[in-house]
Amino acid sequence: MSVPSEVAYQARAHDLVALKVVVSGGFGVGKTTFVGAISEIEPLVTEAGMTEAAVGVDDTAGLRGDKTTTTVALDFGRITLDDTLILYLFGTPGQDRFAFLWDDLLDGALGAVVLVDTDRIDDCYPVVDFFEARGLPFLLAVNQFEGSRRFDLDEIREAIVADSTVPLVECDARHRESVKAALVILLEHILAGRSQGGGS
Amino acid sequence: MNERDRWLADRRAAAAEPAGPPHSAGKIPPDSFVRPFILTGGRTQPLQDGLRVETLVHAQPGTLFAPLQFERRRIVELCQTPHSIAEIASALQVPLGVARVLVADLATSRLVSVHQQAETPIQLIERVLDRVRAL
Repeated sequence: MSVPSEVAYQARAHDLVALKVVVSGGFGVGKTTFVGAISEIEPLVTEAGMTEAAVGVDDTAGLRGDKTTTTVALDFGRITLDDTLILYLFGTPGQDRFAFLWDDLLDGALGAVVLVDTDRIDDCYPVVDFFEARGLPFLLAVNQFEGSRRFDLDEIREAIVADSTVPLVECDARHRESVKAALVILLEHILAGRSQGGGS
Repeated sequence: MNERDRWLADRRAAAAEPAGPPHSAGKIPPDSFVRPFILTGGRTQPLQDGLRVETLVHAQPGTLFAPLQFERRRIVELCQTPHSIAEIASALQVPLGVARVLVADLATSRLVSVHQQAETPIQLIERVLDRVRAL
């Protein structure tokens, strides 16, 4: 893609659209690696805190003055898809103690990639539960590390979701083509849900 | 009952037990979290709703000469080309909530415009799919 001239860029700024996909899973499952494999920038980090999510929504009396303030680092990457379309990938911790973040982060999300570590399958349960409750389309990406035990994919799916339409793919988060393939399948799944009158 | 259902049942049982203190997963120490909100005069609620992490912020023409200081100036400088709220927060090294409040202030003053569509039409998702395939 050529670098647009400044004038054309200014004119197009009004047409620019940014969308996002959420990448989640347990600690150490490869969220940042997944984002970094396809992002055009080195994944950036930003912080979200509990108070900013809770204030104005919940009664903050219980938070004030104690030590429950939690800061969570979010990794994100960017893919410029064309002159007016940007896709952001947000890696978010999947532990349910970070659930305060998810509402905020999921607002407007197209869908989510849930990275599954076959050695710690239950790490992904909280986030799967949350996405199902929210009606957010998601894909299970089994991160197959070299040397890790290999599992039957159907068995993994059965352990995690009852809905057999939820796509499950093997994915090597270090490889761009593998990450891209997972995103394509997620997007196809999102579209399939929309065309059936579903979606969120 | 599959494995996840059993896991959820265990969780519900465990929920009755007192939870341990939350940990800080971020890089900044806990006591430095409140301090960034000094930049907003202590406000945690943006003047404008609906600013998402991916919402694009674009400075209005001529704003480089607006009488702004510190973080607000940096946002206007940065957003001479559109940047998302998350990118602004990352560049300024402030929490997302602080970036939201500052951007909403600037938008209210008409120094920046924000681009956010409420709905994502199906044609747009198809376009995303086509483009991702072509990557």
